Amino acid sequence: MSQPLRTTLGRVRGLGSAKEGVSHWWAQRLTAIALVPLVLWFVVSVISLAGADHATVRAWAGGPIVATLLVAMIVAVFFHAKLGLQVVLEDYIHHEGTRVTAIVVMQGAVFLVGLAGVIAVLKLALGA
Amino acid sequence: MSAPASSNRPLSPHLQVYKPQLTSILSITHRMTGVALSVGTLLLVYWLIAAATGPEAFATAQGLIGSPIGYLALFGWTIALFYHLSNGIRHLGWDAGYGFDLPTVYKTGYAVLAATGGLTVLAWVVGLALQS
Repeated sequence: MSQPLRTTLGRVRGLGSAKEGVSHWWAQRLTAIALVPLVLWFVVSVISLAGADHATVRAWAGGPIVATLLVAMIVAVFFHAKLGLQVVLEDYIHHEGTRVTAIVVMQGAVFLVGLAGVIAVLKLALGA
Repeated sequence: MSAPASSNRPLSPHLQVYKPQLTSILSITHRMTGVALSVGTLLLVYWLIAAATGPEAFATAQGLIGSPIGYLALFGWTIALFYHLSNGIRHLGWDAGYGFDLPTVYKTGYAVLAATGGLTVLAWVVGLALQS
């Protein structure tokens, strides 16, 4: 058996050359699995709310269970989107400085929009 | 970084001379719908913010979404969503180690297209029926 080039410590850590291991890949899959029921629930809910007035939508989104599921879905959606968009940018932008800048800007934008969505749901749930 | 000019390594075919196939088309469509959904999710957040702001802002949002362009955007969003959802489940199957042989890849590919069409039509038929 030939001696592997990787050190024993490197093999145990299992983080590879990017020093991240499979965390990005794994998070993408976990958020995908979580989003299957959450998105189906959301689509069915929105369809049943078609043409509803403000008070109805407000009462729906403000309920504790619906608000919990909405916040969970928003967090999973934007985490999943961040992971996916990052891979797209990594694949197609070849200049390192531009790529890193684009990823940082994208992450900031995704974080802000997701945060706005969460705060909107919290405002509906907690009143004011 | 510099590749030697004398290198005899095989070069993958350029995209424009590569015959489009179901597998490659579905693959790039997954990525394109993912990007489109990321943008389309702005609409969802706008709708929630409008609902949290008040009745007038919500009426404006509903008017925008209920306009012809809004309906077109929403229709495109549902197609992208159901495609990405169906094909995402196909991807999870591959991640678990199933469905790699070519006949199965084509079978699941057509199943994804059928599911996308079926779910989109179902969602709109039910949605429009409930609205009227």
